[in-house]
Amino acid sequence: MAEQDVILEVDDISIVYQAERGDVRATNNVSLKLHKGEALALIGESGSGKTTLSLGLIRMLPSNARITSGKVMYTRDGKTRNVLDLSPGDLRYFRWHDCAMVFQGAQNAFNPVLRIRQQFMDTARSHGINDEQKVKARTLELFKLVRLDPERVYESYPHELSGGMKQRTLLALGVLLDPQVVILDEPTTALDILTQRAIIDVLNEMQQKLNFSIIFISHDLALAAEMADRVATMYAGQIVEIGPVNDIFYRPLHPYTLGLLRSVPRLDRGQEDLISIPGEPPDLISPPTGCKFHPRCQFASDKCRTDAPPLVEYAPRHFAACWHTDQVIAERDATLGAAPTFSGETPNV
Amino acid sequence: MSEPILKLDGIHKTFKKGRDVTIPVLQDISVNVNRLEILCLVGESGCGKTTLGKLMTGLLKPSSGKVYFEGKDVDKLRGSEFKRYRRAVQIIHQDPYASLNPAHTISNTLSFPLLRHKMVRSQSQARERAAELLSMVDLTPVGDIIDKYPHQLSGGQRQRVSIARAMTTEPELIIADEAVSMVDVSIRIGLLKMLLSLRTEMNMTIVFITHDLALAKYLAWYGRIAVMYLGRIVEIGRTQDVVMNPQHPYTRVLLSAIPEADPERTRQKEHIQLRSEDIPRLTELPPGCAFHPRCPWYVPGVCDTTIPRLSNAPDMPSDAQVACIPLTRGEELAFYDA
Repeated sequence: MAEQDVILEVDDISIVYQAERGDVRATNNVSLKLHKGEALALIGESGSGKTTLSLGLIRMLPSNARITSGKVMYTRDGKTRNVLDLSPGDLRYFRWHDCAMVFQGAQNAFNPVLRIRQQFMDTARSHGINDEQKVKARTLELFKLVRLDPERVYESYPHELSGGMKQRTLLALGVLLDPQVVILDEPTTALDILTQRAIIDVLNEMQQKLNFSIIFISHDLALAAEMADRVATMYAGQIVEIGPVNDIFYRPLHPYTLGLLRSVPRLDRGQEDLISIPGEPPDLISPPTGCKFHPRCQFASDKCRTDAPPLVEYAPRHFAACWHTDQVIAERDATLGAAPTFSGETPNV
Repeated sequence: MSEPILKLDGIHKTFKKGRDVTIPVLQDISVNVNRLEILCLVGESGCGKTTLGKLMTGLLKPSSGKVYFEGKDVDKLRGSEFKRYRRAVQIIHQDPYASLNPAHTISNTLSFPLLRHKMVRSQSQARERAAELLSMVDLTPVGDIIDKYPHQLSGGQRQRVSIARAMTTEPELIIADEAVSMVDVSIRIGLLKMLLSLRTEMNMTIVFITHDLALAKYLAWYGRIAVMYLGRIVEIGRTQDVVMNPQHPYTRVLLSAIPEADPERTRQKEHIQLRSEDIPRLTELPPGCAFHPRCPWYVPGVCDTTIPRLSNAPDMPSDAQVACIPLTRGEELAFYDA
């Protein structure tokens, strides 16, 4: 992918929360690039820093958080600016016009006493668009795109919509001002399987039609496998591996990614021997020295305990931060591809 | 086969909402839980799986129908027999943040049922036994845990405490209600494996309630799955059959809709389209089969008039059942074309 396609470049960003017990280093020296029209998945467990990172990108962090280093370079129409330097007015424009975020738990995102139409109008108006007819036309068009009955939903109150409908309405609201980047925080968690399927299909269609880039945050590996072009694995506030989706799922290089993949039950396989990652995620107030994953890692050596591994490009666009990728590769080839009992047999659906 | 540990016969359960509205949460549920098996109850939110789990545990009473424990009507159990049922059937709740009393130390939490059910004779014995239980669920070193309060533990640790608490009465049947859905992916499998090894060690039967079919498949590969939809069991059979060769239209659609952690496979997967995405309300259930307004294989005049009963279909293994009239009549399913 060409460098000129980069629309968001995160450079060495660190975010710290001030807590009573001390500073929580929630995001540490994270760098990544987002290309035009691309879907990037941030996967990791709770506390891995994925939500903090994305809140940092739009400067929506809570008041006890500080961005201690780094830049967020955003490019539109050939002009590049650092989001962290934007004036309050420019920042207001940047949010939603340039970069929209759809938060977790759509059920609570709408004001219960306003009709959907008013909430769309409010959004447009607060961003300086006052042409009601234009907003209505855009809204109805978006409702069609997300497979909602436009006229009905437009006049509805939030409580008249089901969970899946609300989530789709929220997606439409997110792209109302035609942003280049949409950040989705756990877009399908808490939704039922069939509703989730509808949302995934709608999102894919929207992205094709409107050509925005997506950063989506999820702990659900299957969702990343289905929707992402690239995947970044986060652990203890750092990106430990990032690469094209097939590389991450079929040729992982970091022991944590490998561990996640081996702990997910798969429908297409017979009886499997899943292996869980021992231990628990670290306390980010006093994280382990060296590689933060070393206390849970089967390959950990003395070097891992003292020196933090850098992110290194092992294959085109596939980076990992591990001193022992050779051992990970050997282990992965021995276990990940292991022929399952019913391999090749698919559910007769 | 020996007598099932638990037998549910024609269970209906309704909840009242206000004065006039009755919500049928479970309808006509008949199912056996066989000794030492793993039975998974699978379904989406609102299908009644948690209510069913609570009925099995005796935390709720059915509106009609009977629950039999070792052949005896649970409603008629008295005195020592009732206590034995209560001891033998334990539940692990979904949310380890809500199910442990924040005001009690772990030692207290575990001692209470031990003393209540006279599993031990004294406080000091209770503490000893609590320590044993904690090491059984791998919460070691026990000394670091036993005097802590729930808020001092992580979610995974709390869920281990919940499991230890369920073990206090040496149960024969464990109802695990979404027992791992609140913990992170990397530690989920560790919890399940522990539960499985406890089961072998202590000869337990497990009813596992989940919305995650892949997880059900992993846990109950040699067990059974019951798929629920809007208060009824629509398909039940051996896990391997249900997952590899689903019969009921709902099960088929569900399996086709699930994304999988394999990029090539999940992107090539064929998704069966529903006729409608709206889930009917329990208070306004459609006539006939509750799935018919969404079913891609709907047969007018049949599915919208008669409520299908769970029964064996000609092409199914003899120990499996499905609630779908066209299937039980031995007909080929054909896509409905309006």
